[in-house]
Formats: sequence, C-alpha cells, structure tokens
Amino acid sequence: MSLLYFEDFPVGEIVEFGDRLVTAEEIVDFARQFDPQPFHLDDAAARGTQAGGLIASGWQTASLLMRMCCDEFVLRSASRGSPGVGELNWVKPVRPGDRLRARRTTLSARISRSRPEIGLVEFQFEVLNQDGATVMTQKNVAMIGRRAAAEAAR
Amino acid sequence: MIKFYEDLVVGEENRLGSHEFTSEAIIAFAKVYDPQPFHIDDAAGAASIYGSLCASGWHTACVCMRTLIDWRDARRKEAEARGEPVPVLGVSPGIRDLRWLSPVRPGDVVTFYSKVESKRETKRPAWGLVGHCTRGVDQTGREVLSMHGSVFVARRGG
Repeated sequence: MSLLYFEDFPVGEIVEFGDRLVTAEEIVDFARQFDPQPFHLDDAAARGTQAGGLIASGWQTASLLMRMCCDEFVLRSASRGSPGVGELNWVKPVRPGDRLRARRTTLSARISRSRPEIGLVEFQFEVLNQDGATVMTQKNVAMIGRRAAAEAAR
Repeated sequence: MIKFYEDLVVGEENRLGSHEFTSEAIIAFAKVYDPQPFHIDDAAGAASIYGSLCASGWHTACVCMRTLIDWRDARRKEAEARGEPVPVLGVSPGIRDLRWLSPVRPGDVVTFYSKVESKRETKRPAWGLVGHCTRGVDQTGREVLSMHGSVFVARRGG
C-alpha cells in the first residue's frame, strides 16, 4: 500500500470509515482509568444522573475516533501528528452496544510556513452511531508530510 | 468543580494535581487508541520530529480528566465531612481550542490547573453552564496542554 501524503487529502473530500462496537465492559474499564464518574462506571448509579444510564466518557469517544483514523489513514500516511483540536462537541451519549463509524470531510489544506516540507490539513469529523445519529463532532488540523519533500529526500 | 453554580466565581483557578507519565503507560494507551510509531516505540520516537517517544495528545487529555475527577472527589469528601450539601455532577457538551503545545515524554510530570472563565444560566432550571480554561504544565514550567471547555453544574435551588 502506498503512503498517503498531504497531496492525497483534497479539500471537499468526504470519506466514511470504521465500525467499532462499544461494550459496557470497555466503557467501565476506560472510566476506571481516566474518568471515574458515576454515569461512566455503573448503569444502576447512572440511571439517577443527568445521563439517564451508563454512557461512555467523551474522552473515550474521542480516543476511539483517533483509533478509527489510525486504522483508516493515519498509519499509512506521512502523519506528523497534530497541534490540537479546534472543536470537540459531545452531541449525544454513546451507550453500551453502540456501533460507531466516522465521516471525515477535508475543510482546508495549506503548506506550513515554518516547515515547508509538511502540509496542514483541516478535517471535520463526525462520529455516527448505528442509527446514523451524530454522537460527536470534531475539527482538527493534521500535519502531513508533502510528497515532493519525501521524494527529494530519497 | 465541587461548588454549586451560584458559588463559582469567574477568574478563580484551582491546581488539580500532578501526574507522572511513564513510558509503559504512554505505550499502553497508544497501543489501544493511537498506535502511531512515535507513541509506541522508542526508536521510532527518536527518529520522529518529536525526537523521542511521546504521549498521545489524547492520553494527556484523558489524564487531565482523571486528575480533575480525583481533585473533585477529594473536595466532595471534604464537603461531606463538614456536613455541607454537595452538587450533583453534570455532563459536558464539549471543548474548544484543545492545544498540544509541546510533547509529553516519559518521566515528565504534568500539573493541571483549571480556571473558571464564564457562567451562564440555561433553559434547564437545575443546571448552569460553566466555561473553564484547563491547562497542563510540565516540571520545567512549559505548557503542554490547554483547552477551553464547558460543563453543566448543579444550581443550589435546582
């Protein structure tokens, strides 16, 4: 499989990928480690809270999006990481048994001024559940190596 | 935030606590959620633009969350010991401008701080929405993470 470079992420492109089942066990495991709040730890306790039942930590949903991106394109791209995330919205709860997938839209792309060998690609992500409902949206910039720089280095 | 909505003051900042990032924890998180070479392998990290193994930014954000919860639980226990009422915990609609300002490397100790930035009432009478700026600073004083978020906080009369 050929490596994906900055040039392989055209503005306007929309791609859907991923199929990730979220189990009660991993919701609770994640929460014990990173987000031990009642509505992430125990379904009975969660029923009495604003969440109305066990829900995944929003940070777990964000981390699962990262993993889906890794499996779909990041690990076969000239990724150089990311300086951050402009927006992260937890729109609807993720509950045990949900199957998540991601939709990626390329919003903009430009060459880095300080490091011209890399490009900055702005993505909008939507995480959708099995009913097609959006559970999370995210906008972030990815740093991706340029093809010309990689070829010149060869 | 263990205070009720009414008691929070815009501008107040709390030191939430510190966490040391180990090589083992950095790799364990990344293997599940962010298996890019510079997050799972020392040699690949050394060859990357980061110059060493470094934590997934999501790992740093998750540790920040854990540090916040531990801090809040400790304040909650103190309030309960004094016989004071404690607010019900709310959920968060999201965050903006999450920045990974510099890499978190094995052995780094990150201290997290959270500052109240804004307060507004919501359509739900039991809840107010509180905006905060939360940041992480390493042992050399360098900021490694910052973000602006919002969270529902119970109102005293709610």
